Amino acid sequence: MMEKHYYTSLTRNMTLIVIVVSFTPLILIAGLIGYYFETSYREKVMEHLHELVEKHQQLINSFLDEKLSYIKVLADSYTYDELTDEIFLQNKLVILQNAYSGVFVDLGVVNSAGVQISYAGSLKLLNADYSKAEWFREAIKRDYYLTDVFLGLRRTPHFIISVKKRRGDTEWLLRATIDFVAFNSLVEQIHIGKTGSAFIVNSAGELQTRPGVELAPNITSLLSRISWARMAGAGNAEAVGSSSDEVKTSSSGSNVISGIVKSRNGNIIYILMPLKSGEWTLAYLQDQADAFAEVNRARVIALAIFIFGCLAIVLVALFISGKVVGQIKRADLEKEMMNEQVIEAGKLASIGELAAGIAHEINNPVAIMVEEAGWMEDLLEEQELQQSKNVDEFSRSLKQIGIQGVRCKEITHKLLSFARKTDPVQHEIQVNDTIEEILSLCGERSKFNNIRVQTELDRRLPLISASPTEMQQVFMNLINNAIDAIGSGGGLLEIRSRVEGDKVVVDIADTGHGISKSVMARIFDPFFTTKPVGKGTGLGLSICYGIIKKLGGNLTVDSSVGLGTTFHVNIPIHGGKS
Amino acid sequence: MSSGDPIDSEQGESKGMKLLLVDDEESYVSVLAKRLSKRNYRVKTALSGTEAIHILRKESFDLAVLDFKMEGMDGIEVLKIFKVMAPEMPVILLTGHGSETAAREGMEHGAFDYLVKPCDLSELVKRIREACAKGL
Repeated sequence: MMEKHYYTSLTRNMTLIVIVVSFTPLILIAGLIGYYFETSYREKVMEHLHELVEKHQQLINSFLDEKLSYIKVLADSYTYDELTDEIFLQNKLVILQNAYSGVFVDLGVVNSAGVQISYAGSLKLLNADYSKAEWFREAIKRDYYLTDVFLGLRRTPHFIISVKKRRGDTEWLLRATIDFVAFNSLVEQIHIGKTGSAFIVNSAGELQTRPGVELAPNITSLLSRISWARMAGAGNAEAVGSSSDEVKTSSSGSNVISGIVKSRNGNIIYILMPLKSGEWTLAYLQDQADAFAEVNRARVIALAIFIFGCLAIVLVALFISGKVVGQIKRADLEKEMMNEQVIEAGKLASIGELAAGIAHEINNPVAIMVEEAGWMEDLLEEQELQQSKNVDEFSRSLKQIGIQGVRCKEITHKLLSFARKTDPVQHEIQVNDTIEEILSLCGERSKFNNIRVQTELDRRLPLISASPTEMQQVFMNLINNAIDAIGSGGGLLEIRSRVEGDKVVVDIADTGHGISKSVMARIFDPFFTTKPVGKGTGLGLSICYGIIKKLGGNLTVDSSVGLGTTFHVNIPIHGGKS
Repeated sequence: MSSGDPIDSEQGESKGMKLLLVDDEESYVSVLAKRLSKRNYRVKTALSGTEAIHILRKESFDLAVLDFKMEGMDGIEVLKIFKVMAPEMPVILLTGHGSETAAREGMEHGAFDYLVKPCDLSELVKRIREACAKGL
């Protein structure tokens, strides 16, 4: 049996190999696919967001362009005189309001001095003076102008679209007020995920619409640093002021800036696009976790599966290695037992050969001794020796030598016949004789162990057809087992033979230690033995069983632990061979 | 019993019969020869098959006792030569235990009978008488 250490390290090695071989592709695949999937998904999500924001950018831009066009068309289509007619202007306002509900608040004509000389709308702004208003100062400089959102005189957020017209050498403005709320809702609509929101800021970073969320300070500072005009020239991330650790810009161009901002609750994605030819910025913000929710969820699931899988692999590897090594251990053990028993069998064979050799050799000296004693007896018959006083004693003594010589011969003959290689030639055999032969061979041993031997052999037992050596082997084995079972404490060995129907039945009963049920089940198994290592091959009973079965008979056993055992041999008389 | 029958009863029948004993064990063959001589046989001994054949060229015998498992010459070969040289001479084989198959083979080659060593002298004498009775 290999040392425990060998098996432990074998198990460990197997487990490790299985784990490594299973983990490596798993990790590689999970890693690679995970990486590619994540990267490409994130890209896709960003692309999608970009497209969305771009769409809204276009929407908002066209809203503004459209409203501007209407005012332009209005200014171009009608004369100064028509437009300064309040009723006329009111009509036009109504048309506009009907066409776009809630967008146009009022219309007005403002002269070059900043006075609103014509007004249509619900507020009382006729003759309002905008000469000091910043929007007027800018508007009068350009052909058309959109203001930022401001509170103005009316103290509600709005912005103004103005178109400049010439009349002779003076200029006048046709202006319209756009309602903030309608405009705001355009932008507010942009909702993606749970935290996505959009809003507009002007070039100074001032909000033009209401964002749905509170803005972190680093975002507001970023927004205030944006200059789309600068973008067009520079085209790289450094153009967005200095990029701090908190603000990472991933892409920028003349049309978009996007990146990630660190905030208290995690990272925030921002996408910025220009509006109104770069005067405004459409900003879109979304929590990174929210935007990439799918990916993150997928990653968590994959990780969970991966971990679970790894655990399962480890467990299975351990389990299987354990089982396999257990098998190997058992096989090794069996192999060792078998080796031992083969060695034992070999030893036995050698001993048998040795015994046979010795028996042969002894025959010669014994023969000579016996003949010499006989010769002396012959000589004793001569007259002169008959007179000697010890002649009777000589005679008796010489006879004794002869008797003992015959005994030697019988012993060696028995030994030689037993040690002879199995001669499978069948003879007609009287089983009783075989039994008595074996008993006489075992006589010394049973006497030594205080075992009483009793036989009840049916004198009219018919002959059976079998190989003599095989029969000797069977009874030798059974009788020896009985003697061993009784041990040195003494007991009774009974052998009975009789006829039962068409079978010869022989019982070999001992008063030995008996056989337990668990041993009983395996008693005819080859290599099974209850004797200590080195004392029995475990081959005996299985060979006997085979021999008897081959003759068409049967070998059975009854036993009670502590009381004794009886083996029953039955052999068909008329050769019912299998 | 190996003491054999009392000598007197045999003397008449066996008077002067010539026996050739062949066995490589000198101690054995010499005591056997002595005992047979006492029983009025004329005995010559040979310690090998070769020696036996040598002797057989010069003399004839009434019977030969041949130890079958001698070293040197194969028992069968010696037997065959005996049968060629002296076809009328019966041969009794002495074999060791376990060589019965060889002994039976010997019988097929013309041996009269066989005995297993160590053998009882009275048995041997009985066989000798049987063989010679047949011959007459």
